[in-house]
Amino acid sequence: MRQIRRSRLSLAQKEDLWALFFISPWLVGFLIFTAGPMIMSFYFSLTRYNIIDAPIWIGFENYLRAFGRDALFWHSLGVTLYYGSLALPLGLVAGFSLSMLLNQRVPGVSVWRTIYFLPSVIAGVAVAIVWSRIFSPQVGILNPFLERTFGVKGPGWFTDPNWAIPGLVIMSLWGVGGGVIIYLAGLQGIPTTFYDAAKVDGANAWQRFRYVTLPMMTPVIFYTLVLGLIGAFQYFTEVYVISGGSGGPQRATLFYNLYLYQNAFKFNEMGYASALAWVLFLIVLALTLLVFRSSALWVYYEGEVRKR
Amino acid sequence: MASVDMQPMQPAITGRHSRVQSMRLNSLVGRTAATIVIVAGAVIILIPFLFMISTSLKSKNQLRAVPPPLIPWEATMVEVNGRMEPLFRVTVNSGTAGGETLEMALVRNQPGGMGVFVDPNNPAESVTLKIAGQTPVRHIEIHPENYLEAMTAVPFPRYFLNTLIVTFVGMAGVLISCTLVAYGFSRFRAPWLNWLFIVLLSTIMLPRQVTLIPVYVLFQRLGWVDTLLPLIVPAFFANAYDVFLLRQFFMTIPLEMDDAAKIDGASPIQTLWHVLVPQAMPVIVTVAIFHFLYAWNDFYEPLIFLHSRDNWTMAVGLQTFNALYSVNTHLIMAASVVMVIPPVLLFFFAQRQFIQGVVISGVKG
Repeated sequence: MRQIRRSRLSLAQKEDLWALFFISPWLVGFLIFTAGPMIMSFYFSLTRYNIIDAPIWIGFENYLRAFGRDALFWHSLGVTLYYGSLALPLGLVAGFSLSMLLNQRVPGVSVWRTIYFLPSVIAGVAVAIVWSRIFSPQVGILNPFLERTFGVKGPGWFTDPNWAIPGLVIMSLWGVGGGVIIYLAGLQGIPTTFYDAAKVDGANAWQRFRYVTLPMMTPVIFYTLVLGLIGAFQYFTEVYVISGGSGGPQRATLFYNLYLYQNAFKFNEMGYASALAWVLFLIVLALTLLVFRSSALWVYYEGEVRKR
Repeated sequence: MASVDMQPMQPAITGRHSRVQSMRLNSLVGRTAATIVIVAGAVIILIPFLFMISTSLKSKNQLRAVPPPLIPWEATMVEVNGRMEPLFRVTVNSGTAGGETLEMALVRNQPGGMGVFVDPNNPAESVTLKIAGQTPVRHIEIHPENYLEAMTAVPFPRYFLNTLIVTFVGMAGVLISCTLVAYGFSRFRAPWLNWLFIVLLSTIMLPRQVTLIPVYVLFQRLGWVDTLLPLIVPAFFANAYDVFLLRQFFMTIPLEMDDAAKIDGASPIQTLWHVLVPQAMPVIVTVAIFHFLYAWNDFYEPLIFLHSRDNWTMAVGLQTFNALYSVNTHLIMAASVVMVIPPVLLFFFAQRQFIQGVVISGVKG
C-alpha cells in the first residue's frame, strides 16, 4: 500500500516536472524580461540615471517633477487624450457601421472584407509616410480634392499645430477594417432566433438593432474600446514618422509615449523615463479596471442568463 | 477576457461559413444602398495604395503636377528646330484651318497668357493663341528605375535582409517556445499552473515601456545593443498572446487522443509533436503570420536597439530615408512599396488563417 502511494506521488511529481519543463521558456523569459525589469524600472524611477553613471537615489522626486513641475508631461497626456477622445468613438462608430453593412447580403462580401482589412497588415512606417504625403499641401491629393469638391482650402495638416491631431485621426480611420472582422464575427454569432422572436413581438428594424444587436455586441465593443484606450497611450510609430521624432509641429503631436521615448533615449533621463513608464502603467491599469468595473452596467454577456 | 477560466473556443467563424443571420435589410433598395456605401468606402481605402504606387513610378518632373494625378501622366514633347517643346491639342479658329483641331507645339510664351504655337512638321507656320484654352497632349510615362535608385540610395537590400533574419528567426523562436508553453498550460493539472497562467495573462496588460529601460540596460551590458539579438532572443521565451491563442486551441483537442498516445508509450514531447501539433496547424500558421507582421512592421524596438546604419531593419531604414530624402517623394514611395509588398502578399495567400486568427484572438489587427 505504501509503495503504491509513493509511486503515485512520484508520478504526480513527474507530471509536475514535465509541466515545469514545458512552461520553462515562458517562466525564464518572464523572470529575465518582465519581472526583473519591472522591479529594476521601479527602482530606476526613484533615481537620477543617465545609463553611464550609477543611479543616484532621489526618492519620489521624478514623480513630483512629472506631476508638479513638468508642463510637457501634462501636455503629452492632453495630446494623448485629445487624440483618443476623437479616434476611439469615431473608429468605433465607423467600424461598427461598416460591419453592419458588410453583414448585409451584398455581392462580393469577401472581396470588400479583404480590401477593408488590407490597411491593417501594413501598419506602421509605410502607412505614416504615405499619409504624410497625401496630407502634404505641396504633393498631396487631399487638399486639391477638398478644394475641388467642397471649395474649401485645406489646412496644412501635419505642419499645422491645430490640424495635426485630426490628421492622425483620419489616418487611424483608414485602418478601421481590422476591427470590422471582429465585429463581423460578433454579428454572425448572434442567434437568428433572437431576431425571429423580436419580429414576432413586432419589433421594427431599429428596435431589433437597439434591443438585440447592440446588447449582444457590447462585449465586443467593450473589448475593442479597452484595447483602443491602451493603444492610444502606446501610440508611437506613426507620430514619430510624421514629426521626425520631435512631436511637432509646436509639440502638437507630443504623445505620451513619444515624450517617454525622448526622455529615455534622447535626453538620457532613464530615471525620469522610468517614472513616466510607471505612470503610464498605472494609467493603463486604472483605465482597464474602470472599463471592466463599469462593464457590469452596460455589457451583456450571453452566459449570464444561465449563471445561477 | 475578464476571467481566466475561459471556455475552449469554438472553431473560428468566418463570413463565408457563417450561419444564416440576423440583422439584414431585405429590401432591394436597402441592399443597393449598402452596396454603394461599401464600394465607395473600398475605393477610399484603396486610394492611398494607388497614390503610393503611382507616385513611386513618377519622375521628379511629374511630381510637380498640381493636383497630382493618380495616373502618372507626362506632357508629350516634340522636337521643333532642335528643341523639345510641349505638344498641345489646339483649336484654330482663323486662317486656312478654321475650327480645326491640330496638334501643335508651344514654342514661346507671350504676355497675357498667350503662346506661339507651331506645327511641328512645318515650324515656319505659327499661330498665337491663349494657352489656357488649349489642351496639353499627355501620355502615361512610368519610371520603374525609381525602384533601383531608391534601393541603392541607402542600403535597402541590407535592411531587407536584416528584417528577414529578425522576422524568420524570431518566428522560429515564437513557434517553438509558445507551442511548448501552451502545451504545458493546457495538458497539466498542477494548481500552481493556474496561478502562473493568471500571471501570464496579466502580462498582456503590461505596457512594454515599463520593462524597456532595464531590458535596454541588460542588453547593453551584454554588448547586444546595435546587434539584431535584442529583437530575436526574447522571441524564444514565449509571449502571452500566442501562448493564449495556442492553449485555447489545444483545449479543444480531446484528451483521449493524448491518452491513446500515452498508452502507446509516447512521451509528452512525442505526444505534443505527433498528436497536437498536426491538429493545431491552422492556429500555428496564424501565430506565424501574426509574428511575421509584427516583426516586419515593428519600428519601436529596432529604433531603440539598432544604432548603426548597417544594422537597421526596413522600418528604421525607411523612416530615415524619408527624413533625409524628403523631397524625393517618388523614391520614398518606391521604398515604401518594397516594404509593403511582403505583408500584402502574405495576406493574400493566407487570408483565411489571417481572418480566423483575428477572430479567435480578437487581439491583434
